[in-house]
Amino acid sequence: MAHHAEETTVTVLPPDKARIKKLWQVAGILGIITLIEFGVAFGVPHEMKDLRVWIFIGMTIIKAAYIVGEFMHLRHETKVLMWSILVPIVFIVWMLVAFVYEGMSIGDVRI
Amino acid sequence: MSHTSPVVVPAPGKTEWDGGVSPMNASYGKLMMWFFLLSDAFTFSALLITYGLVRSSHPAYDGTVENFVFSPAYWPIPEKVFASIPFFHGLHAPLVFVGIMTFILIMSSVTMVLAVEAGQRMDRRAVEKWMLWTILGGICFLSCQAWEWTHFIIGDGVTGANLVRNEYGPPDFADFFFFITGFHGFHVFSGVLLNFLIFYNTVTGVYDRRGHYEMVEKVGLYWHFVDLVWVFVFTFFYLV
Repeated sequence: MAHHAEETTVTVLPPDKARIKKLWQVAGILGIITLIEFGVAFGVPHEMKDLRVWIFIGMTIIKAAYIVGEFMHLRHETKVLMWSILVPIVFIVWMLVAFVYEGMSIGDVRI
Repeated sequence: MSHTSPVVVPAPGKTEWDGGVSPMNASYGKLMMWFFLLSDAFTFSALLITYGLVRSSHPAYDGTVENFVFSPAYWPIPEKVFASIPFFHGLHAPLVFVGIMTFILIMSSVTMVLAVEAGQRMDRRAVEKWMLWTILGGICFLSCQAWEWTHFIIGDGVTGANLVRNEYGPPDFADFFFFITGFHGFHVFSGVLLNFLIFYNTVTGVYDRRGHYEMVEKVGLYWHFVDLVWVFVFTFFYLV
């Protein structure tokens, strides 16, 4: 049993230093963006609500792009795979538009 | 560690599926994980967008932030609700605890991607190390969430919050808190279980015998997705 003919020999390759460095860079960017969000949360007054919201949404999309593109490696997959995942997101955008529109109507009806 | 000629066994379907080709140059399992995550993204979007709809249909608080008091008459300012951290009772520290949770989840995402990198070069010891860190991060996050839920349910001395009563604002606010963070927390919980399974298989040498560590990649995709969802929950539930 111990001397099985199919005894696995595994060759361990050395760490890909450049890639690991890149991953830590992405992590650093995500951390910094989160810190900026905190800065905005306490630095920009609540009266400037629209500005706050748009900064938060922008930051979130940047963070999402880094997570999906680098951590999930989607940016480096084949173009077909990338677009197969990204194009259906249009349904989410449509839902957002439809529900915001409905929400405004609810507001009008209640007055 | 032997240094014989490298045995490169492609992941099943990496070269070709049963049909003779390999659609999108990805294995079947990885492609299906992507499509599962896409469907999961729809579910989370539905929850968050509905939150936006219900929130906008409630009156907004229009006084100054300093004079804010909790009332069921208007939607609360989230940073006023989530302003406590463990062991510092009475300290007003808005969003600090949820910031720590965000940091934990981002870090566990990094350790996961390092495990994936180690798996791609067949480094079992490194995969074990990074998977353990990832599992630890997941458990830390879940513990934080357990504390946050407990604090939210017990409340700051009035009625606390549950599905019908909420001392912090309209009951809908508590309902969405429980549903959205609960659904996300359940994903984290399943992720920890999956990560443990991967860790177990790595330790017992399953992937060495199989000749590739693609399972680490697939579960890694799931784990990053959980982090991705948290980024959105963090913004739309705690910050906006």
